[in-house]
This record gives sequence, structure tokens and C-alpha cells, in this order.
Amino acid sequence: MSSPHRTSYSTVFWTIVRNSLVRDMSFRSNFLIECISSMSWVLMNLGFYLLIFQYTTEIGATTTDGTGWGKYQFFVFLATTMLINSVVQAFFMPNAQEFSELIRSGNLDFALLKPIDTQFLISIHRVEWSSLANFGVGMILLIVSLIELTTRSQNPLTIHPIAFFLYPFYLACGVTILYSLMISLAATSIWLGRNQTLYNFWFYITNFSRYPMEIYSGTFGQPLRNFFTFIIPVLIVINVPARLLAKPLQPWNSSSSQLAAFAIVATLGSLLASRLIFQRALASYRSASS
Amino acid sequence: MFARVATWWTILKIALEERLVYRGDFALGTLMRFLPIVTQIFLWAAIFEGMNGDARDTSGTIRNYSYHDFVAYYLLTMISRAFSSMPALASGIGLQVRNGEIKKFLIQPIDMTGFLLLSRIAHKLAYYSVATLPFAFVFFVCRNYFNDGWPDPITLLAFASSLVMGFLLGFFLESCIGLISFWFLEVSSLLFVYMLFSFFLSGHMFPLDMLPEPWRTIVEWLPLQYLAYFPSAVFLGKIEGMALVKGLLIEALWILFFIFLSRVLWRRGINRYSGFGG
Repeated sequence: MSSPHRTSYSTVFWTIVRNSLVRDMSFRSNFLIECISSMSWVLMNLGFYLLIFQYTTEIGATTTDGTGWGKYQFFVFLATTMLINSVVQAFFMPNAQEFSELIRSGNLDFALLKPIDTQFLISIHRVEWSSLANFGVGMILLIVSLIELTTRSQNPLTIHPIAFFLYPFYLACGVTILYSLMISLAATSIWLGRNQTLYNFWFYITNFSRYPMEIYSGTFGQPLRNFFTFIIPVLIVINVPARLLAKPLQPWNSSSSQLAAFAIVATLGSLLASRLIFQRALASYRSASS
Repeated sequence: MFARVATWWTILKIALEERLVYRGDFALGTLMRFLPIVTQIFLWAAIFEGMNGDARDTSGTIRNYSYHDFVAYYLLTMISRAFSSMPALASGIGLQVRNGEIKKFLIQPIDMTGFLLLSRIAHKLAYYSVATLPFAFVFFVCRNYFNDGWPDPITLLAFASSLVMGFLLGFFLESCIGLISFWFLEVSSLLFVYMLFSFFLSGHMFPLDMLPEPWRTIVEWLPLQYLAYFPSAVFLGKIEGMALVKGLLIEALWILFFIFLSRVLWRRGINRYSGFGG
């Protein structure tokens, strides 16, 4: 460390990442089982959609309004879901769960005493490497789907090179939005004192983000879509990056480009909101111990 | 005999009271569990639109299921699962074997499976007494998805018995998995594999009719389909006549098999079990 009053965040971060890996590697067979188990859920989900595409060529109808997702387009979407969720699960999920436990037991005191930003410390305090197995599955699915889309004989897809730079950027935006939502939910347990429903609530909200946003249409769908785009922006998380690769060729003034621009605003907004919520919650923290 | 009934009644009462402590949270949680169905309603609409190539057309059928049938199916699996799912049963038995709590059943004049069955019945009764309201509400809101309205009394009777049998099957199947911990101590990974297969092959995720052959036939002989698919398909009139009788019969045989297996596992298990300390 350079000076006693400056904390080097990157040094702390890499130390945590390394230590978690060392810890995971000391129980190697357990690590392997965890990898396989998280992968099998994802593969089962893939099996479900493979089954669906036995009966239909697309989800949503392209011919009328161009909103359908063909098999491999949808698999790009699915791969994007895997990539984002695996990162969130590896870096933030275990920590958010532990955070609520820290509050309940009063052990948050120790985190508050450390000379480092509390939100930073409790957000990435531990990394679950086994969750990154799905990142690999997602990458393979993404590459296979893109090869299939770009080399098909009918109407092959051409992807603008810039999309390959924007895709990781929007993946990061998606991860940030989900992180903000998760840490806000976790922070509310300071007020509520319990978090049993936290994981359920998280699951139910993010469940909406796992489908192409066009499916939410009609009298009930449109308000739902607006709510999860503008109020709690979970629909943006996967839709924007997935669309970028699977459905390119959108002019600048199109709705999907506007959505992409809005995604940046939404990311910054959620990050800011989560920071505010976290600090508000922290201010009303009363230790549980002694 | 009277003493035994009194014991059962006490067990039932304790478990019931234990469950009714947090009713508000409970009812809200039940309502939240229907949220994933909202996305299923939209997803299947989009699938049917994609199949028809028209964004306003959800007609047609997939393996004899219309769009409305799919939504009704998912709603009905919620009822099937309310009967057949046994949260923390197998892992609870495993935990008791590991930490030695199982000893109490060797000393006290109560049979463990009987005790667990009664507590489970009480838990379920408490659950239904609170959950009926949110269930009724959701089904009333979604009544238009049930194109044929109420099925005839015979089908309804078959539906009810498949639910009760689903409860028994779920209970004895998961008990057996829990009892395996006499040999393995840690059953969580085994339980995980079971949950994985159960989620996919019980019909929780989709109507099993969608599976291609030979999977369809294999699944028909497995016990898992009775946990979610079978009661729902019966209600929707997808299984009728001889197929219905055959299905219920196979289910009964599976229940008998798992009752027998759980007795054998228990006998063998306590013979190898050794408890230390106090």
C-alpha cells in the first residue's frame, strides 16, 4: 500500500478473487460437483427451449411486426442470460445473502470498522468461482448460435464489428443493474430485520428479465413491460445486449437504439439509487450484538 | 388404540399451531408463487403466435393443448405441487441421522415415518387453510383459461384421488431418499439430482405430452409424473377412460412400493446405526 490513508481498491479486489480461488481449490471435488450442478440446471432450461422449438420456428411472430425470435436468435438471448447471471451469481449473490446474515447477527460492525468503503467490502467479500462454469456454457452457446446465424443459407446475419465491443459493454451494464437491485434488496434487511423472502423476491423479479421484452404486449403486458423497463429496469439487462448481436441492422433513430441509449441512463440511475438506499439503510443500522 | 389416536391428535395439533404462527407472510408468499405464471402466460402466447406466424393469433394446438390449456396446465400444477411437494423432508431426515437426533425414535414409542407423516399432513392442512384464499383468487382471475369449465364429477373424483395419492407418493418417495442417509450420511447431492430430474420429468416445467418418443413412454412408467403432470392432465381431460384407470393403478403400485421400501430402509438403517453421546 502506498500510504496509510489510501486504500488500494484494486489490490483488495484481486486479493479477494485470489483467496476465493485458493479456498475453492482446496475442496476440489466439492468444487467440481458445484460446477456440474449449476450447469445442469442451465442445460435443463436449454432442453426446455429445444423442446419448444420442436413445435414452433420462432417465439413471437416476425411476419407481422418483426418481433419474433428464431431458434438461434433466441439461443443468443439465452446465452446472454447465462453470461450475466453467472457473473452476478459468482460475485454478488453469496455476498448479498451473507450481508443480511451480518445484519441479523450484528457482525456488520467488523465490516464498518475496516478502513475501506463498506459497500465495496461487503459486495465482493467472497467470489464463488463455481458459478462461473455457466459462463463457459453461455460462451459456447453464444458462439455456436452466432456461427449458425451468420452462416445459414437463408438471410445470413451480418454483425457490425462495433457490436462486438458494445456487447461486453452492455453485459457490464446488465450486471450493474442486477447488482444495484440485489444490494438494494439486501440493504432493506437493515430495516426489516429479516430477509427470508429476499431470495424469493429476487427470483420473482429477475424472472421477468429472462424473456424477450416483446412478449409482454397487450392490455396487461404493456404496463408490465413499461414498469420493468422504466421503474425497475430489469427488462433491459438481457434484452439490450442480446438484441445487439441477434437482431442488428437497426438505424440510429429506431426504438432499439433508443433503448440502448436509455440502458446507459438506467444503469447509472440504478447504481446511484442503490448507493443512496445502501447509505440510508446503513445510517439506521443498530448493531445487534452486546 | 385410544392412546394411539390421542398421540396422533396431539402431533397433528402441535404441527398445525406451529404452522399458523406467520399466516400473513404465508398468504403473501403463496400469492407471490404465482408470479412466474404471469411470464408463462406471455411466453406461451408468443410461442403460439410464432407457430401461427401472426402476432394476433394464438389459435391452434401443440400436442392437443391449446394456448389456454397451457396456462390452465401451469395453474393446475401449482395445485398438484401443493399436495406432492415435501420441502425439507428428505434433508430433515438426513440431518437427524447425522446429528443423532434420530435416537429419539428408537427410545420413544413412536414410529418415525408415522410421526413424520402426521406432521406433514398437519403442515399441509395448515397450508391449505391459509393458501385456499390466494389460490381461489388466482383461479377466479384466470377462470377464462379453463375453456371447458368444471370437468364432470367422475373426472373431478379422479383428480381428487390423484392429488391425495400424489401427496402419499411424494411423502414416501422423499422419505426413502432421506433414509438413504443411514448409508451415505450426506444426501444433499443425491437430493439435488432427484430435484433436477423431478423438475424436468414431473411435468412442472411443461406438459409431458410434449416429449418425443421414447421419452414419453419412459416417463409414463416413472413415478415422477404423478407429482405434477398427472393430476393436471386429468383435470384438463387429457387422460380418460382406460388410460386414467391404468395411470391411477400404476400410481397406487408406486405408493405401495415406496411404503415397502421405506420400511425396509428403516429396519436395515437402524440396524447399522450407532448413536454416541447424550
